[in-house]
Amino acid sequence: MSFARAITAAMAALLVAAPSLLAGEIPPDERRSGYTFMGPDTRAMQDDDTSNPGMLFVLDGETLWKQKLGAAGKACADCHGDARESMKGVAAHYPAFDKALGRPVTLDQRINLERTQRQQAAPLAYESHDLLALSAYIANQSRGIAITAGDDPELKPFVEKGRELFMQREGQLNLACANCHNDNFDKHLAGSPITQGQPTGYPEYRLEWQTLGSLERRLRSCMTGVRAQAYDYGSPEMVALELYLMSRAHGMTMETPAVRP
Amino acid sequence: MASALINVPRKAKRGDVIEIKALTSHIMETGFRRTAAGDLVPRDIITSFNCRYNGAEVFRADFFPAIAANPFISFFTVAKESGKFEFEWIGDNGFSSTASASIIVE
Repeated sequence: MSFARAITAAMAALLVAAPSLLAGEIPPDERRSGYTFMGPDTRAMQDDDTSNPGMLFVLDGETLWKQKLGAAGKACADCHGDARESMKGVAAHYPAFDKALGRPVTLDQRINLERTQRQQAAPLAYESHDLLALSAYIANQSRGIAITAGDDPELKPFVEKGRELFMQREGQLNLACANCHNDNFDKHLAGSPITQGQPTGYPEYRLEWQTLGSLERRLRSCMTGVRAQAYDYGSPEMVALELYLMSRAHGMTMETPAVRP
Repeated sequence: MASALINVPRKAKRGDVIEIKALTSHIMETGFRRTAAGDLVPRDIITSFNCRYNGAEVFRADFFPAIAANPFISFFTVAKESGKFEFEWIGDNGFSSTASASIIVE
């Protein structure tokens, strides 16, 4: 009896302490970057910019930033100047609300909107080398900066939609993202540690992929893993999930380009 | 766009053993994979790497299909004199890439 009472009291205390926290969610001060789940070798690879293969893409992105293209004959740098100044902290608040479209857009989508509207050039394909290089270069300017995505009040319904998708079971294995990444992180799936799924380092270099990849690619591979039909790149569901994940990591610092196994 | 990242200590004492790291961008397509249609994806790898220290070769490596994309090489040499390290990667389809870094030996 007293044991049951103690549990009830503990649960009541928990509810009082964190009223906004729902069952199974990770308390803000217990959130951990995927970095903390890795071995020392992979950490060392990420920490040294001359051994981090993601930096090759960042270098290419810097070249592309200055390249004039499209019918307008303009480079990113012609309007935005030095990315080290103008792009500082930008990736940390993406996906961001676009007033003209009335919905959130990801950093990749923003790059393509700028290409088609301002530079009058063809959009880049998702996961193409150039799009990854540009987004890595831009996101690298936010390294060490706290994530602020989802702060815009207009984003609220989209964050909520993303949260629903995160909690929703799907696929033949009937698993939700939350089943692994909220409830069972720090355990193992086969030999690999289950992380909390905090998107602090995208686009990131995955050793398994042998290339840089976006958060959407990572999400799609998880969806395929639970035998679900993966959402298309840039679909409203994908953007909502990306937005929810970034808002879930609110206040954590960016580490693009991260290296992950 | 072939780019390389080189890590050579800027300064060293004469006789010091120094570590040199070289990372280059390359897909390292093995030549064993097939497309969805069953066609073989042709091999496209780096086949050799060499490093010269003031003109004298100090390290050479042959690469094979099992080496990962964006290969990273680390090796040691002795700091003898101030000068230049030159790196060269040679591969399939006429691939060639070079990079260099300088060192001051006191």
